[in-house]
Amino acid sequence: MTTTRQAPSRSAASGWDLARIRADFPILATTVRGKPLVYLDNGATSQKPRAVIDAVSRFYETGNANVHRGVYALSESATAAYEGARSTLRRFLNAREDREIIYVRGTTEAVNLVASSFGRLKVKAGDEILVSAMEHHSNIVPWQMLAEQTGATIKVIPMNRAGELELDQYERLLTPRTRIVAVAHISNSLGTINPIKQMAALAHSRGVPILVDGAQGAPHLVLDVQDLGCDFYTVSGHKMFGPTGIGVLYGRAEHLEAMPPYQGGGDMIRSVTFEKTTYAPIPAKFEAGTPDIAGVVGLGAAVDYLAGLDRAAALHHEHDLLAYATTRLATVPGLTIVGTARDKASVVSFVLNGVHAHDVGTIVDQSGVAIRTGHHCTQPVMEFFGVPATARASFAFYNTRDEVDVLVEALQGVRKVFG
Amino acid sequence: MADLTELYQQTIVEHNRSPRNFKTLGHPTNHAQGDNPLCGDRIDLQIELDGGVIKDIGFQGSGCAISQASASLMTSAVLGKSPAEAERLFRSFHDMVTGGADAPADPQTLGKLAAFAGVRQFPARVKCANLAWHTLHAALAADPAPISTE
Repeated sequence: MTTTRQAPSRSAASGWDLARIRADFPILATTVRGKPLVYLDNGATSQKPRAVIDAVSRFYETGNANVHRGVYALSESATAAYEGARSTLRRFLNAREDREIIYVRGTTEAVNLVASSFGRLKVKAGDEILVSAMEHHSNIVPWQMLAEQTGATIKVIPMNRAGELELDQYERLLTPRTRIVAVAHISNSLGTINPIKQMAALAHSRGVPILVDGAQGAPHLVLDVQDLGCDFYTVSGHKMFGPTGIGVLYGRAEHLEAMPPYQGGGDMIRSVTFEKTTYAPIPAKFEAGTPDIAGVVGLGAAVDYLAGLDRAAALHHEHDLLAYATTRLATVPGLTIVGTARDKASVVSFVLNGVHAHDVGTIVDQSGVAIRTGHHCTQPVMEFFGVPATARASFAFYNTRDEVDVLVEALQGVRKVFG
Repeated sequence: MADLTELYQQTIVEHNRSPRNFKTLGHPTNHAQGDNPLCGDRIDLQIELDGGVIKDIGFQGSGCAISQASASLMTSAVLGKSPAEAERLFRSFHDMVTGGADAPADPQTLGKLAAFAGVRQFPARVKCANLAWHTLHAALAADPAPISTE
């Protein structure tokens, strides 16, 4: 019932104070079309806590200068903030060293960086690049571009009808020609959590490195890249409560050191003459030009914010939302959930019989509900399930059961329009 | 829900459910394919031009209710018209849904196409309504016959 949303503290997770958490996110108190915003598009981008918004504003108000350049106090403090956030992110991912943290625009740039640079180093004609059937376009297209340039081929790890990768097939697809495995930690369109640790171990047993697209992993899971055993892990700040335009590529130092630069410019050099340039050591080698310093500061604040939360309780609450939404959505006539893996994050994709997802999206928007509709940049996934598009509700730890109820009620309205 | 009924007019819901001219032609002279790559709407349009008029027209496609109903109503509206008349209708329709200069003062002058007047309030859906018309424009532009200037 929409009227019960004034008391959003109902949570199955004990110790999870939903009202207090929601108060940290100013946008959650706003209205859309006169109705309280019900933001269920966290897979596309998450909302930002006050701490992140303030950190960015404060940087521009009192801390702004370029980094790694000036000898004056303000530049030194900006550099300290920028490099301090690198340590914060290193702890967030449990990387071994700060220099394994490369600032990028987001997961898309991170994958492009590895495909371009690692690709130039290691991938030749006849080699194979292994991706999964549930990848986001950003973890397909850069590899296809590399394959086109080099004459390598793309191999695809298949999935079953539940949206789980077929690991026996994966093992068979790891051949002596495989140069890299690229796989999502969590599928953005299906919610599947892939068994990365197992997949990394299998890849390494054949001497193949593995890149993990962590765009959807970072906002939900407590991360440990050493325990996962991945060689590269990519993060988009805006999906984990930080600003847009900033993200991280984690890479094992031995790979990053061997890889050629991705972009040339200032800050990534040791010395430049017109005859020859020598490059800076990592991470600077991969950070050409003035970076998004305020974005880095905001991303550091997002990690600090997450560190102050009870992550286990947050995850428990998300699982409760997933279970509740799965049950409630099943009561909507003609609704089918797409993506039913056993191990799932709080993402529910669905189709309504006879109604296109875009019409669903427009109709629930009238109730203030923001969901994603379309192919979610995973056209091969849509093709696999034989649907042109899905509607997707993706939950964060600040969402409530009452918001699920608003969505379900709004979906009943779809039938009113389409009969 | 007042705004929604503006968008999902009875005519639109009905044409989405039972699209007119949803067929392939035996002897098409012109054809074009229209895609909204971001949302996956798709229209395959075939036209048979004969004696300077659209003698027959058919489409196949899939997508949201707005895109499919628009294709159904567009094909019905231009059947029997000359390409020049069809293009004029396109301009009027386009401006009706975008609020442009050539929008008819009274949408009812567009007949059943007036059902799409409410799309203007839903900017994200304008491209759905326009897809069939852009596809028509492309199909007519590919006409190998000399272009008539009336």
